[in-house]
Amino acid sequence: MSAHEDTHAHEDHGHHHKETFVTKYIFSQDHKMIAKQYLITGTIMGVIGVFMSMMFRMQLAWPEQPNVLFEAVLGKWAPDGVMSSDIYLALVTIHGTIMVFFVLTAGLSGTFSNLLIPLQIGARDMASGFLNMISYWLFFLSSVIMVFSLFVEAGPAAAGWTIYPPLSALPMAQGGSGLGMTLWLVSMAIFIASSLMGSLNYIVTVLNLRTKGMSMTRLPLTIWTFFITAVIGVISFPVLLSAALLLIMDRSFGTSFFLSDIFIQGEVLHYHGGSPVLFEHLFWFLGHPEVYIVILPAMGLVSEIMASSSRKPIFGYRAMIASILAIAFLSTIVWGHHMFVSGMNPFLGSVFTFTTLLIAIPSAVKAFNWITTLWKGNLQMNPAMLFAIGFVSTFITGGLTGIILGDSALDINVHDTYFVVAHFHLVMGISALYGMFAGIYHWYPKMFGRMLNKNLGYIHFWITAICAYGVFFPMHFIGMAGLPRRYYENTNFPLFDDLANVNVVITVFALIGGVVQIIYLYNFFSSMFYGKKAVQNPWRSTTLEWTTPVAHIHGNWPGEIPHVYRWSYDYSKPGHEEDFVPQNVPLMEGEEELQH
Amino acid sequence: MTALLTIIVLVFILVAIWQMVKIFDLAQAKNENTEVASDKDNRMNGYLMMGFLAFIYGITIYSFIKWGDLPLLSNSASAHGPKIDNLMIISLTLIFIVQTITQFLLYYFAYKYKGEKGKKALFFADNNKLEAIWTIIPVIVLAGLIIYGLNTWITIMGINQDDDPMVIELYAQQFNWTARYAGEDNTLGKANVRLIDIDHANVLGVDEADPYGQDDVITKELHLPVGRPVLFKMRSQDVLHSAYMPHFRAQMNCVPGMITQFGFTPTVTTAEMRQRPEIQDKVAHINEIRVEKSKDLVAKGETALDRYEFDYLLLCNKICGKSHYNMQMKIIVESQEDFDAWMKEQKVFKNSLIK
Repeated sequence: MSAHEDTHAHEDHGHHHKETFVTKYIFSQDHKMIAKQYLITGTIMGVIGVFMSMMFRMQLAWPEQPNVLFEAVLGKWAPDGVMSSDIYLALVTIHGTIMVFFVLTAGLSGTFSNLLIPLQIGARDMASGFLNMISYWLFFLSSVIMVFSLFVEAGPAAAGWTIYPPLSALPMAQGGSGLGMTLWLVSMAIFIASSLMGSLNYIVTVLNLRTKGMSMTRLPLTIWTFFITAVIGVISFPVLLSAALLLIMDRSFGTSFFLSDIFIQGEVLHYHGGSPVLFEHLFWFLGHPEVYIVILPAMGLVSEIMASSSRKPIFGYRAMIASILAIAFLSTIVWGHHMFVSGMNPFLGSVFTFTTLLIAIPSAVKAFNWITTLWKGNLQMNPAMLFAIGFVSTFITGGLTGIILGDSALDINVHDTYFVVAHFHLVMGISALYGMFAGIYHWYPKMFGRMLNKNLGYIHFWITAICAYGVFFPMHFIGMAGLPRRYYENTNFPLFDDLANVNVVITVFALIGGVVQIIYLYNFFSSMFYGKKAVQNPWRSTTLEWTTPVAHIHGNWPGEIPHVYRWSYDYSKPGHEEDFVPQNVPLMEGEEELQH
Repeated sequence: MTALLTIIVLVFILVAIWQMVKIFDLAQAKNENTEVASDKDNRMNGYLMMGFLAFIYGITIYSFIKWGDLPLLSNSASAHGPKIDNLMIISLTLIFIVQTITQFLLYYFAYKYKGEKGKKALFFADNNKLEAIWTIIPVIVLAGLIIYGLNTWITIMGINQDDDPMVIELYAQQFNWTARYAGEDNTLGKANVRLIDIDHANVLGVDEADPYGQDDVITKELHLPVGRPVLFKMRSQDVLHSAYMPHFRAQMNCVPGMITQFGFTPTVTTAEMRQRPEIQDKVAHINEIRVEKSKDLVAKGETALDRYEFDYLLLCNKICGKSHYNMQMKIIVESQEDFDAWMKEQKVFKNSLIK
């Protein structure tokens, strides 16, 4: 192991403040602990979100059939064990909110940005440890409020995760739009504050705290994606915050930003001159970049794991950075493709079709670069690598249907059908989850000093992979048959009777896929205590985090921070004995740094 | 109950898997003491990669054979329908080809280059030519798709007033649809929800003083004469709804506070569509399913399901509240004579009011 051997006297970085249980595990300002806090909170939210999806999948496969589980879990919302349509919509709504924001934004980005940014760029900690701590605790608070909203009398928010007004604005339109929606909005406002604090911290840290020699073009792609993700977050999240605030004004203070000319329950409301379409613009101005906030970090993790596990440099490092930048730029000018049939001017639809389909180009470049990275590699099939390969597979399958949905003419007929559900679950849901799992399997030794069991990892991956395709592939077809999403049941349309068996197939795969995650949870929690002890650099990677000691210390490196002499992908470089050269190893005499 | 049993069975399977893994671990414990993939793992997972590729191909072929006819790709019932369907078939074919090739490369490489101790990977970091190839090819393909797509979009969304389209208002509310025909003058009377007067039976808020509104006809079924362009003006009184007419490849949101529009020309009458062999097969299949289901229902003492007959439908396709899943209206496309006869039976607006 050619890890950086430090001969300097050890500085004790923790000596000025004595660590108590509270400062170490709860109000910690150490980025590694905060990363773990994000991961565990995200995991808990993920369990809730996945469990909800299993419940509404059962309703879709066996509509209105009494189910002991519903009776036990849903209580008054499932009289005689039959799920009510109110709670069905609430489950769909909260599932979407939790998975997109709490699991795949905070759980994924929060965990790995916090863990890896300081470790991989060679910094003692984040630029502001205090802000980082506040960021986590705001996230925690928003999670608590979101979960708490499940228990209010009239039910949680149920207007879909996109909370389009007027449905989300009027308690008369839907029970969940009362206190449930208020809590949803409060929770999200706090979440956005947390996310902005985190993002600002990541940006500042990456720009200012890189160790000597760590130029931007020597950064691992993980850091590039976290950095750009944070930039997109800072640009787009405030817009959602303003939409949420305006919606709160409309709901509670009688303004008319989004509402106009409404007659409901026998009375005309006073609202005049607002437009729900304005809300859609504001929502999707975040909502679309949001899917890249979710997927970019996963792309970064996958790029890193693929290179390390293939024992090859990532193919086309510069093209990868260029495509990240292109995706980030395009992501902010395509939001209108969610609104082709919203009543927006058709000319705008043309513009958004054009910009949307352009995103396929950088995405294709990335996919081909990953595939080429595998070519003539020496693939180490660790569970992390399996998930990375799975990521590329689902990203391609899900991404390709984007050229149908992004095409306004085709969107007319598949908009808001199960085709859309299939598309985005594969391309950002499953893919991002795979990226997250890959990251967890790969960096678990860094986080907990122990290894995850690989055999459980293999079983976890293969069953999950089969179920993911089993659930979402057939969904394209029921979507093309015209089945709308967010329907509590399809029995009122004999036209869709021949889709009932497809729904059963999907649900069976969903249930297996959901339950199988218990294997992963068991592995995750038991390995913390009983897993095999990790060595310093178990995957023989080049990046700086593997030069830190296995036991966490405040400040990351016991001595001086290592200097960096090369890019992060010197795998199997000719002229070296080992098949990897860590970034902190100086160039040999006569060795040239690759002109990447 | 079925679901609960399924879950219990799944949990047992999990326990069994877990036990097996324990056994594996114990058996391995002597040989190696790490959780890093060994050559054996690489081999096993390499083969599984090829197996999984076969699974993806299998599920694709199975889905297309079993469910590929569900989209009714050849059975659109509007003038612009075939345009959308052609573009859809081209896009699907393209996706199918790219998907087949890229997934093959991905999984085949994963299998072919599975790791072995002592092997060294090729140091291959960059190649501008390759990058250029897979930038330029998507650019060309997408340029074609964009041009074709936009062309289709503009044709569909552009409403030509010279065709003298028949103007019909689609009015959405939780949880039903109403249609308002513009009458003889083909001009809708002004309307606003503030003018709704339940006591007068003016449920759509049509301006009772507007001369254009007097001959409007309000109905709960949507009848369309075949071959005549229709321009739908859409309104909603409470929340967002979406008027989705899948057979006509038509969809537009109904937005409170504004009027949205969508136009198309129906080309196939309901009666003609019912005669099409594909539709007859589909209906026969659906009725078989309904007969089976009815047996269960009757056994439970409930009423049997009606026989299904094909009809065009207008569905709500934007989440609108608890009965969103049952917000629909029947659409009947018929000959001009049948349409005129039906229209004659309807009351005009001024006669429908309760004074």
